[in-house]
Amino acid sequence: MTDTQTGQATWYETVLATLKANDVRLVTYVPDRVLTPLIKAVHEDAFFTAFPCTREEEAIGIVSGAWMGGMRGAVLMQTSGFGTLPNALASLVAPCQIPALIFVSQRGTLGEFNLGQALVCRTVQPVLDSIGIESHTITRQDELAFIVDRSIKQAVATQAPVTFILSPLLTGGKIFGA
Amino acid sequence: MNVSGTGAPNAHNAKVMNRFELTKRLVAQLDHDEAVIGGIGNTNFDLWAAGQRSQNFYMLGSMGLAIPIAFGVAIAQPNRHVIALEGDGSLLMQLGCLSTVAMQKPGNLTIIIWDNGLYQITGSQPTASASTADLVAIARASGIANSHWAADEDDFDAQVAAALNGGGPTLIAARIDGEPGVGATDRDPVQIRERFMRGLGVRRASGA
Repeated sequence: MTDTQTGQATWYETVLATLKANDVRLVTYVPDRVLTPLIKAVHEDAFFTAFPCTREEEAIGIVSGAWMGGMRGAVLMQTSGFGTLPNALASLVAPCQIPALIFVSQRGTLGEFNLGQALVCRTVQPVLDSIGIESHTITRQDELAFIVDRSIKQAVATQAPVTFILSPLLTGGKIFGA
Repeated sequence: MNVSGTGAPNAHNAKVMNRFELTKRLVAQLDHDEAVIGGIGNTNFDLWAAGQRSQNFYMLGSMGLAIPIAFGVAIAQPNRHVIALEGDGSLLMQLGCLSTVAMQKPGNLTIIIWDNGLYQITGSQPTASASTADLVAIARASGIANSHWAADEDDFDAQVAAALNGGGPTLIAARIDGEPGVGATDRDPVQIRERFMRGLGVRRASGA
């Protein structure tokens, strides 16, 4: 399935293929509207073990345990969910050097209508920078596979988490009525 | 100082026991390299003092995540039994994880809750389980049907033995006293994590 107008792979097809190519078999998530096609795709592909969690911290904990048990995992969430994570990142993932792969669907910018989302969006980069977690805000489909593929390899090789912030420029974001 | 544990008022038939004593009883039953995730605080201290094993992971923060971490290990290694040790305050912080575990039904996961009704390490302030919350009832209502209070030490041993035979997820809750932990863990997270991964056969010691 590709974008019917351009014939190119969609962002979620690229993410799915890149996760598979890097043997990332576990996907835990807290749902998000923009991530819905990716969530649906990982559920439909028997390669993945995928399920929702009640909190993003919980999803991070599960992926951390799985890494220590020898299985690579990715966590999917939206911006506001990332806002609940600093303690789990600073006291588990970062100090234990666990290469958690964190995908954040970016809300709060480029057309946000909810002030709460706009404010929490501004906390994401400072939190990542203060803990020293590598991050990439991805805006272009033609850069997506390179960034995700290389960053997963770097995360595993250097035993460090990485965060992919999926911009509305990439995903289309959430469309609001005027 | 009154530190007598008063957890689990609804478990009126359960004896108040000692966490270190029960931790030793648990470790004594582990003869298949079972993985154990120790929650923060006195839970971990007693796990450390009960005999260090390379299949033990000692958390250093991330309160409430012992069960999710153990669940992750259980997913990655379905042929190994995994045990999460968690205190009442930590569980109350992350109750949703019980619902997630119940939905996914990991057969190789056992959750053990030490309930003294206290946020013990912060000064023994009472938790909700000291007065009103019944953690076994919460676990059952979350969907973990096999959730029980341990009536006494012998019952704890029997429940652990049954849980290790499979058929999980299982939750065993024990009322415990307010005695402090016996040991104290090392606090080097990378060494703890690396030793655990070697203990699980994921990594090999260099030069070995």
